[in-house]
Amino acid sequence: MSTLEIKDLHVSVATDDGPKEILKGVDLTIEGGQTHAIMGPNGSGKSTLAYAIAGHPKYEVTSGSITLDGVDVLAMTVDERARAGLFLAMQYPVEVPGVSTSNFLRAAATAVRGEAPKLRTWVKEVKTAMSNLDIDPAFGDRNVNEGFSGGEKKRQEVLQLALLAPKIAVLDETDSGLDVDALRVVSEGVNRYKASGDVGVLLITHYTRILQHIKPDVVHVFAGGKVVLSGGPELADELEKNGYERFTSPAAAV
Amino acid sequence: MTDVVSGLAPELAGAKEGQGSKPLASASERFTSYDLDAFEVPGGREENWRFTPMKRLRGLHDGTARFDGSATITVDGSSETVGRDDARIGQGGVPADRVAAAAWTAFTEATVVTIDGTPEPVTVRVTGPGEGAVAAAHLQIRTTPHAEGTVVVEFSGSGTLADNIEVVLADGSKLTLVVTEEWADDAVHVSAQHLSIGRDATLRATSVALGGDLVRISPTVKYRGPGGDAELAGLGFADAGQHLEQRLLVDHGEPSCTSNVLYKNALQGRKGTTDARTVWIGDVLIRATAENTRTFEFNRNLVLTEHARADSVPNLEIETGEIAGAGHASATGRFDDEQLFYLQSRGIPEDVARRLVVRGFFGEILSKITLPDLRERLEAAIEAELAVTGI
Ligand SMILES: Nc1ncnc2c1ncn2[C@@H]1O[C@H](COP(=O)(O)OP(=O)(O)OP(=O)(O)O)[C@@H](O)[C@H]1O
Ligand SMILES: [Mg+2]
Repeated sequence: MSTLEIKDLHVSVATDDGPKEILKGVDLTIEGGQTHAIMGPNGSGKSTLAYAIAGHPKYEVTSGSITLDGVDVLAMTVDERARAGLFLAMQYPVEVPGVSTSNFLRAAATAVRGEAPKLRTWVKEVKTAMSNLDIDPAFGDRNVNEGFSGGEKKRQEVLQLALLAPKIAVLDETDSGLDVDALRVVSEGVNRYKASGDVGVLLITHYTRILQHIKPDVVHVFAGGKVVLSGGPELADELEKNGYERFTSPAAAV
Repeated sequence: MTDVVSGLAPELAGAKEGQGSKPLASASERFTSYDLDAFEVPGGREENWRFTPMKRLRGLHDGTARFDGSATITVDGSSETVGRDDARIGQGGVPADRVAAAAWTAFTEATVVTIDGTPEPVTVRVTGPGEGAVAAAHLQIRTTPHAEGTVVVEFSGSGTLADNIEVVLADGSKLTLVVTEEWADDAVHVSAQHLSIGRDATLRATSVALGGDLVRISPTVKYRGPGGDAELAGLGFADAGQHLEQRLLVDHGEPSCTSNVLYKNALQGRKGTTDARTVWIGDVLIRATAENTRTFEFNRNLVLTEHARADSVPNLEIETGEIAGAGHASATGRFDDEQLFYLQSRGIPEDVARRLVVRGFFGEILSKITLPDLRERLEAAIEAELAVTGI
């Protein structure tokens, strides 16, 4: 069973006026088998946390630590983190012109698994994973995310999740921009992944509707660059009803 | 002269006859001559030299280069070695710049390859004169009427080479031509290609430019009768310090001919040395006589790193309103940090990510090379380029 441990994480981003601190001491521990939801207002730093875990070069960790099963994640390059078992489904997946989706998937699986998957089983594996997510096989020939609709991109992220089978997956607003049917398909994909082993999920979202499909064990409220409150699934309902005001109004300042 | 031209690609919609992005007839009035002295010594500001680093031409352009060496030409297949006075020499075209005229003046014997129906591909290997030496060469590839064949011209070695390559396609013939530039780092190659397409003849040309310090290739396509069809595909990979220049002119002077141009260049520079540089000039001229022309030209550049610069100048001049279709476009994209991050976030190491992108980018061009051994060798050479300058 894996554990992702984030301790007192401070992260800055470079701006024209010098570095700007966005994460101000995040503490969070996700264990295999658990699903954590993070909810919080726009601009509170949720994506920044996700990118910092993945190692995006734009974000500088100024203090604190991230470890996966006790191993220092911050010392790893971006690709090493992925090979160690971390995965980030991005809020805004990137288009990569010139690289076909099928070549990309195979290169990623080869890297993460440490050897090229056998061609025959691989083709079948991809086909099954695609059909599970209602993805037309023709997407394999298209360039990575190029010209894909918002919802199509999100499905591709979950397809990668299924094929790369990480220990811990961070899903950054994977539910945004999905219609009702797509939400169900994508949620089923995430649940299949959860059922596949003792894996941990960190689900960043604005909406409780995805939590109807993917049941969280813990809900965190994120505001002002840190976790301000953690609770059970019922916390999500309260947030949906009352909003974030009690966490963002000056009186709530912690 | 203000009729709206029909059959244009969307980006040209609404173009009027005679409204090229350059003054009309700039390409049609291009000066040509066999006589070296008819050309002024270029200073580097002239339109057709302004992108070329003149200092690195080693005097090919100003008469200071002495043609003291010779290139070695070997042919796998049948060929002739002929003198300057051979009646066929010059049938392909006339030099259009001073270096081409200098090469024409300096060569002593020409290699002629005739495709008359032999199905076996013919390979011509041209090896540079060696480091420090300068050579001129002349090559003619010709077909007999209705013949089909494949010719591969491979340039490699060291030194400085100026040459003219004439390709003379007889009526109804079809030539597949692959030209590779796999020079050593010191080499300078300035090459004029005169591509003359007979009635209903077809040219499928692919150019691959990988090595050399400076490689400047100027293909000119002319049609001698209706129904000609020319496809020019090319790829270039410029790494730190390299200058790769491709200057194409497709001169449509006959009705019902087709031209398709697709060139792709990738650039990978390095800090602390001269920029990696590519230049692509794509001139298409549709003369008043060239009704029912169909022409498309595209240039794509992929900038992989900092310290690299790609110039791209597509130019379409239309003198007739009666064309079947025309389009031109160029785009330069950057392999950026976000793309790299995305691929890496899926476990793919940085060097593999770059290779994946470049392989995908060039795939469209390389797939046109139907000789499997050659294609594999070129694919491997491109991967090696990526590895050598690996960042
Ligand atoms: N390059 C940058 N320059 C300046 N500010 C930045 C930069 N990148 C991020 N920020 C700021 O950091 C803050 C946190 O952004 P982040 O994307 O992490 O928020 P979020 O919680 O994911 O929001 P949302 O719910 O809208 O997705 C925002 O105020 C954002 O404007
Ligand atoms: Mg966000």
